[in-house]
Amino acid sequence: MSPDDIDGTERRLLQSIVEVARHMFGAAASSIFLVDPDTGDLVFEAVSGEGEEQLVGSRFPAGTGIAGWVAASGQPMVADDVSAVTMFAQDAAESTGYVPRTIMAAPLIRFEQCAGVLEVLDRTASRSELDDMDLLGLFATQAGCALELMLRVRRSHGQEPDRDPQALLRRIGERLQGRAVPPDAAAVRLLALADDLLAL
Amino acid sequence: MTPASTPPWRRERRAHFPGVPAWGLATSRQAPERFDVSPLAEVSKEWAWGGADGAGVRVCVVDTGVDAGHPGIGGLERSYQVVSVDGGELSVAECEPADPAGHGTACAGVIRSIAPAAALTSLRVLTDGKTGTGDALMTGLGWAIDAGFDLVNLSLSTTRSDFRGSLQDLADRAYFRRCLLVAAAHNMPVVSFPWTFSSVVSVASHDEADPMTYYYNPAPPAEFHARGVKVPVAWPGGRQIRSTGNSFAAPHITGICALILSKHPWLTPFQLKTVLYLAADNTVTPNTVTPNTVTPDNVTHSTVTHNGEAHVP
Repeated sequence: MSPDDIDGTERRLLQSIVEVARHMFGAAASSIFLVDPDTGDLVFEAVSGEGEEQLVGSRFPAGTGIAGWVAASGQPMVADDVSAVTMFAQDAAESTGYVPRTIMAAPLIRFEQCAGVLEVLDRTASRSELDDMDLLGLFATQAGCALELMLRVRRSHGQEPDRDPQALLRRIGERLQGRAVPPDAAAVRLLALADDLLAL
Repeated sequence: MTPASTPPWRRERRAHFPGVPAWGLATSRQAPERFDVSPLAEVSKEWAWGGADGAGVRVCVVDTGVDAGHPGIGGLERSYQVVSVDGGELSVAECEPADPAGHGTACAGVIRSIAPAAALTSLRVLTDGKTGTGDALMTGLGWAIDAGFDLVNLSLSTTRSDFRGSLQDLADRAYFRRCLLVAAAHNMPVVSFPWTFSSVVSVASHDEADPMTYYYNPAPPAEFHARGVKVPVAWPGGRQIRSTGNSFAAPHITGICALILSKHPWLTPFQLKTVLYLAADNTVTPNTVTPNTVTPDNVTHSTVTHNGEAHVP
């Protein structure tokens, strides 16, 4: 794998988060939803356990289900006895083919905003719900930090100066053509400076 | 012109250029205004809310909306939502009493179960799902504070530090308008607002089953612990599930505050917080040695404060 393959690393990171979350709680499944910045939809990005094969890529409208609660309120939570609720069970069964009894979910916070939700389904009975939620919250915080670092790396790669002057000139030309407002005066002065330097 | 029945904290404020006219009062020639104090007696749970049902207290649930038709809600006074008008500016408009997510209905149901006669209003500021919900929260909260609610339940928080200053201004405005904000503490190691402000009442969870049991936390910012584990909450479709989270602890304290205010309507926010503190299950007054309720034998309460007593090992 090339060191520049950030997408590959991100995919493995997301998968690793759900694998660890599932094993930490001896759970039937764990998944990550990321918030689509354009629509607000919640999109399944990684799944471990039940539904692993078919779920990645499927979406839910904003504000639906437990993940919707968590994304909206920014607060972690646990819901028990959810399978007793007909409405939820139908939705879940239709979309995932698996109806959980309990759901635990925490927000993934990146750059001070909720970028997604980490869910754990049907964890093994534990000593304390509060301890479970604390542990999931801590782990979700760590996962959020990793996702933030990932995005920082991607941004800094995108900002690397172009090493091909011809491509750079072409891009500058395209930028100037598409503008409705006159370009920034400082940018024009910089271009003039570059022109002087290249003429030396 | 403000009607004479308007309480002093809801009067229109004179326009004050900083210091002009001065905020001072020439008490040598003008008597200070009479204030109908709700005196604090021996504060116990019985004094605080015995016989109260929340009647006359207006509560706003700032959340994902509330399903007014749910049997656990029993109707709402009004329903509002933050909408985007022309030019992208946000404002508040009346809406259908619905809750696409369910979170607000769950919180409102907890308040209703404790204060059955309180008037509940829903203000939806969440659910568009996009990340820029902070703006809707600011617009909605500002509206709720000006609309004259006695209590605002905030089972949510924002992690965006650029909202900190304006949110703090709103919390202070609420405090001085005698509108108490009850906010859920965030139970993750992140910085978020407004629950961390001293002008609000912040609530985290304890894991006992009694909805009226709550504790004062001597090591804030989370000031109180209320029931937040396996709470029976209203769920869309007229059902009920059990949920855990500080989101469901905060409305317990909101409900208890509604009871207290319905019995003692002239309490100010700082008095109300004091009453909450004095009637908590782990506080004692100098006259009584035992806490407000008997502590189970198998539980050690390290947080019990024995006022005036030194702990010598």
